[in-house]
Amino acid sequence: MTRLALQNAVADYGEGRVLGPLSLALAPGERVALVGRSGAGKSTLLSVMYDQWRDRGAALMPQELGLVPTLSVFHNVYMGRLDRHPWWRNLLTLMRPRRRDVEEISALLERLGIDDKRWAPSGELSGGQRQRVAAARVIHQGGGLLLADEPVSALDGPLSEVILTALTEAYPTVVLAMHDVELALHYCTRVIGIRDGSIAVDEPSQRLSAHDLLTLY
Amino acid sequence: MGMPSTATRRVSLGLVLVAAVCLLFGDFEISTHDPWQALGRLFMGLIQPDLSRVDFLGEALMRTVAFAFVGVGVGAAAGMLLALLFRHLWVRTFCAFIRAIHELFWALIFLQSFGLHPITGVLAIAIPYAGTFAKVYAEILDESDPQPGRTLPKSTGRLSALVYTRISLAWPHLVSYTAYRLECGLRSSAVIGFVGMPTLGFHLAGASAQGHYGTVGALLLLFYALIATLRLWVRPRLLPIYLAVSPFLLGTGLPIMWSNVTRFFTRDIVPAPLRNGEGLEGLWPWLGDLLLDQALPGIWNTLLLTQIALVVTGILAMLLFPLISHHFTGRHFTGRVRGTLGHGLLVVMRSTPEYLLAFILLQLWGPSMLPAVVALALHNAAIIAHLVGRRSNEITLRQDAPGGIDRYAFEVAPRVYGPFLALLFYRWEIIMRETAILGILGIATLGFHVDSAIQEIRFDRAMVLIVITALLNIGVDILARHLRARLRLRHTASCEP
Repeated sequence: MTRLALQNAVADYGEGRVLGPLSLALAPGERVALVGRSGAGKSTLLSVMYDQWRDRGAALMPQELGLVPTLSVFHNVYMGRLDRHPWWRNLLTLMRPRRRDVEEISALLERLGIDDKRWAPSGELSGGQRQRVAAARVIHQGGGLLLADEPVSALDGPLSEVILTALTEAYPTVVLAMHDVELALHYCTRVIGIRDGSIAVDEPSQRLSAHDLLTLY
Repeated sequence: MGMPSTATRRVSLGLVLVAAVCLLFGDFEISTHDPWQALGRLFMGLIQPDLSRVDFLGEALMRTVAFAFVGVGVGAAAGMLLALLFRHLWVRTFCAFIRAIHELFWALIFLQSFGLHPITGVLAIAIPYAGTFAKVYAEILDESDPQPGRTLPKSTGRLSALVYTRISLAWPHLVSYTAYRLECGLRSSAVIGFVGMPTLGFHLAGASAQGHYGTVGALLLLFYALIATLRLWVRPRLLPIYLAVSPFLLGTGLPIMWSNVTRFFTRDIVPAPLRNGEGLEGLWPWLGDLLLDQALPGIWNTLLLTQIALVVTGILAMLLFPLISHHFTGRHFTGRVRGTLGHGLLVVMRSTPEYLLAFILLQLWGPSMLPAVVALALHNAAIIAHLVGRRSNEITLRQDAPGGIDRYAFEVAPRVYGPFLALLFYRWEIIMRETAILGILGIATLGFHVDSAIQEIRFDRAMVLIVITALLNIGVDILARHLRARLRLRHTASCEP
């Protein structure tokens, strides 16, 4: 993947400006954490990035997860690769999934600890379980760039590490909106701090400590 | 100082006033010499149904179910396709037009071309249902959450994306609406028997005309049982089997005469002056005569009857909904029993097809507007009362709320009046469509003139009158939508029972 850049990006909501103008560039292989108070514009920035780079294979894990509650966990994960199969195979999969797909997705679900819920409708799961299903979907989708909005907000310690490891292994370049500063510093190579819709901090993680980022909150 | 009058109050009073004026012009005489004895015999028929002719009852039921399944199935499939194209104005217009024509009119049209072939019955149900399905499906799909679609990989095919996101998201709503329409489909299927299809209506018409009230009672009770047990025998797993088997249970009817079909569509329905080469000069007087002699009187009577039926429906619905509202029945054991009885009564009232009810009442009371108003009001009021009652059960009253009439007038009725008006306006178009069709039974609405034209083998006139009926329906629908918007009444068609 080549270098990705935003030039003077802005986002307005109604009358007010909620983001920008801001410019930033992503180098391949970078793992970026977006940190900042809630409402600072992290989700908006992710959404702007997705609109810009969707054509270039960016995958999105939104904060609302974007699951289809009526479909099973398996099918929600399978949706990550709807573009790789012809339409008739996708329709057949709704009725009778192929064994190979089931095996592949089951292995992934097992790693994330929700293999037992494979055939449960995603709408019947708890918040933490649904978050893992959404993670499994983007991991199954794969690609060059992942944009994830608070991917582990509903998970506790060890599980959130499992998920973050799996996400960062699946994508060479990631942008994660995070509220847990410790996790952000641990999993990402670069931290971008957002305040009032613009970039307040942009440093490699090893030059920062959790204390440095407190000013953002 | 006088109380300022609100828009809701003005519209309500306006409707009542119009209906009162219509009442002066309408004909409400009971002309049979012993109407109550006939009514009594009908009730005896319901209490002592004649179930001896099981074979013929069974066949009528089977055909009714089969026509409903095939008609609603084809309608739902076509409706879904149209719903996906619903953003185009021409699709919306087309759908509004085909659903503005009642299934009995469609049946009359196809009877003239395909004859008594099963395809006549199937198309008569499928076409108007497709128009309704398209509108409601499109509304339901539009309300689904857009987020899952946004997260799909960029180059996902449109069909895959549609099925996995919008249709899957909306699935529970699509299923419940389709199930409700299946119930309507059973009523429509029964009713098309009145024009010759081998369903329940055919046998009901025969038995009723010959005064075999035991058989009428048996057929009616079986029909109620069929609808009341719908949830028990229509199971998602069994549905594919029903759909696969139904087309083979429609009976054979009579073979299609293809020459008739061609002649009907290329000659019979072409206005006579054009057919005879008189050109536009002949067409205008022909059209003028038709409008003056048949269309205008038909429209007048249709509007008259519609407005009266609408207001009677509304009053009846507001009187009936407490039957199923726990604010009035009470929540303790006897209250629940009363509530269940109320539910039962409303189910029986709304399950009776209005056409059938009007047919029976006409036999008992003779031809006037009375049977039509009573039939339309009973059927439609039961539907609205059911929905308003359900709505009232969502209200929590304060603990020291008054009881009895005061509770009705000050606490509950004011709260449900908005939703009630929205539903009534939604049924307006439906009541008008049914009013027009009751003309076939001999009340001088538009359906009467359509039916007479067909009897006289003047299909060109029948077609013009049917198109006028459709335009009238579309007009009322637009007026109702306008009033709903002005009174800010929120309503979606998908909240039908």
